[in-house]
This record gives sequence, C-alpha cells and structure tokens, in this order.
Amino acid sequence: MEKENSAFKKADEFLQMFKRGEEFTKALLKDNEKLRYNIVQLEEQLQRAGNEERIKLFEERITQLEQELSSYHERFREVEAENRDFALKYLEVEEENNNLANLYVASYQLHSTLDFSEVLRVVLEIVINLIGAREFTIFLIDEKTDDLLPVAAEGVETSSVPRVKIGQGIIGSVAREGESFFSENITETKELNLNDPIVCIPLKIKDHIIGVISIYTLLLQKAGFTNIDYELFNLLAGHAATAIYSSRLYTQSERKLTTLQSFLDLLKEKPVG
Amino acid sequence: MGNILIVEDSPTMRQLISFAVKRIHGANAIEANDGVDALKKLLSNKIDLILSDINMPVMDGIKLISLVRGNPAYKDIPIIVITTEGAEEDRRRAFSVGADAFIPKPIQTQELIKLANKLLKKS
Repeated sequence: MEKENSAFKKADEFLQMFKRGEEFTKALLKDNEKLRYNIVQLEEQLQRAGNEERIKLFEERITQLEQELSSYHERFREVEAENRDFALKYLEVEEENNNLANLYVASYQLHSTLDFSEVLRVVLEIVINLIGAREFTIFLIDEKTDDLLPVAAEGVETSSVPRVKIGQGIIGSVAREGESFFSENITETKELNLNDPIVCIPLKIKDHIIGVISIYTLLLQKAGFTNIDYELFNLLAGHAATAIYSSRLYTQSERKLTTLQSFLDLLKEKPVG
Repeated sequence: MGNILIVEDSPTMRQLISFAVKRIHGANAIEANDGVDALKKLLSNKIDLILSDINMPVMDGIKLISLVRGNPAYKDIPIIVITTEGAEEDRRRAFSVGADAFIPKPIQTQELIKLANKLLKKS
C-alpha cells in the first residue's frame, strides 16, 4: 500500500513535471514566433531604409540634372541670340559687299576709258542700271555761254531738252550752289517735266562744277532710295565729273594733236621756197 | 556649282552680274557681249545657267533663247532673263521661247543669287 502510494506520488510528480515542460515548450514556441515576427519587421524596416536612401539619391540626381538642364536652356538661349546676331551681321556684311561691288564697278567703269562719248555712256549705264532711273539728262556747263548744255539723256531725246541758265530753276540752282537736290516725293507718278526733276546731282571736281545730272522719273520697281543710292550719287558727283572732264580734255588735246600733226606733215611735204 | 554664262552688251552690267555670280559657291562666270558671242561661248564651255539681257546688238536675247532651246545639246540649260520695267512684251516673248525666270533692273544681287541657286539645283 505504501509502495502503491509512492508510485502514484512519483507518477503525479512526473505528470506535473511534464505539464511544466509542456508549458515551457509552449512559452518557448510563442517567444520564437515573436522573435520571427520581429525579424521580419526589422528586415522590412531595413529594406525601407535602403529604398529611402536610394530615393534620396535619385531626388538629388534629379535636382542636379534639372539644374544642368536649366543651365543648358540658358546657354541655348544665349547661343540662339548669338546666332541671330551673326545672321543679322552676315546680312549686313552681304549688303555691304553688294554695295561695295556696285561702287567698285561704277568707279572701275568710269575710269576705264578716256573716250568722252564712252564715259557718257558709262554714266548713263550707271544711272539706269545701278540707280534705277528711267528718264534723266546729263548737262555740262558750256564754257562759252555759261549755260547748262544737255549732252546725253535717257528716256527723252537729248535734242528736246532745253539749255538751262545757271541759277535758273532747280537744275540751274544745283549747278550754281553745288548741292544735291532730292525731291520729297520721288515715287509720285507725274507727267514728265524737264524743269522739275526729282533728283539733281552736281558734277564737281572739288569746288569746280562742270555739270549736272537731272533725274525726272525712276523705274517702277524702284520704291525709293537706299544708302547705296546716295553713295552712288556721291560717287557720280565726284568720279563721273573727273572722268567726264579728263576725257573731254583728252579728246580736245587729241584733236589738237592731230591738227598739229597734220600741219607739221603738210609743212614737211611742201618746203618753203 | 558650275559655269554661268552672262550675256549682256553693257560692260557695267556684265561686270556687276559677274561679281554677283562669283559669290555663288563654286560658280564661275563666263561673259558674252551678245547672242552670237554667247553661242560661241556655249560651244567652247559646259554651261550650267544662262543670264541674258533682251536688247542687244548683233543677236538679241529672244533669238538666243530660241536657238538654245532648239538645240538638243543645250535645251535643258536654265535661262534667266534680265529685263527692264515696262518691258512686258519682251518678258512675254522671252517666256514663250523658253526662258525660265526673269529678274528686273536695277538688279538686286541677293535676289539674283537666290534665283540662280534655285535653278542650278533644279538642273
């Protein structure tokens, strides 16, 4: 009986111990589960922290790229403005080249000959083709009568243009004063009036006036005068005057030389006595 | 770019057009005084474009254009006619015999260069 009681007691103790073991194991499993949960949470936090770091880096890179883009835009605008300036300058240089070419051709042609009629033809060509005049007359001062004598014309018959007294009307005044005349309404269509030019240019060598170019009408496509036209007028005033004057002197001296030569030849052929 | 034949009796205009033509990249200017002189230059040079005046002595521009268009060797050469204002009849006759374009006097160099470039590219 006592043995049985001891056996029961031991069994009971063992059972108690087993139950405690079970409870301990359950507690361990619960702790384990908690720890696993914590690990997962920590891993997630760690990953999130990594992403945030990368996002921050990306944001910094985007800001940097945006700044670069903005500076490139700024540079592009600057280059574009420079290009526009260069294009405008190029056009200006082109125009200047054209103008210089026109002036060079005019000057070259004016001094290309010493033949008086040839020089007059060149002046006519310049006024027609470079200035764009339709009807005009070239007057030269007749040293004997001191009148302006028409020597060449375009669009009108030279013979139909009357002589002009120096100081008389616009043409005569230009010949006396030596100052160019430009009408305010150069494109206004009007009947041809030989006493009412739209432009009148004195032909002068320094202060010595030798004649006048009187323009009455312009070609239809000629809307107005440009800077090059005024340059050409200046060139004509000086260079055409020199070319006309020297060619006239040359022609006169050639004529005199021929006369003298003929006279000398005659003297040689028929000795006196 | 090619050879450009300038047919013009006025030396001033010829020199001026020649200056403009020389500014077309790679272009070479060949000058002729009138239609007959132009035909001689056509025989001795390979011409890519003709710039011709209408009123010229010996042979005028209209006769020159019709002869050029009538010759299989030259019929495709583009021709620009230089005219003065009010010369509508000249212009009409030039187009009827085969001119491609016209340019009025006084010549605007930029306009001439642009037109010549356009026709040279076409040809």
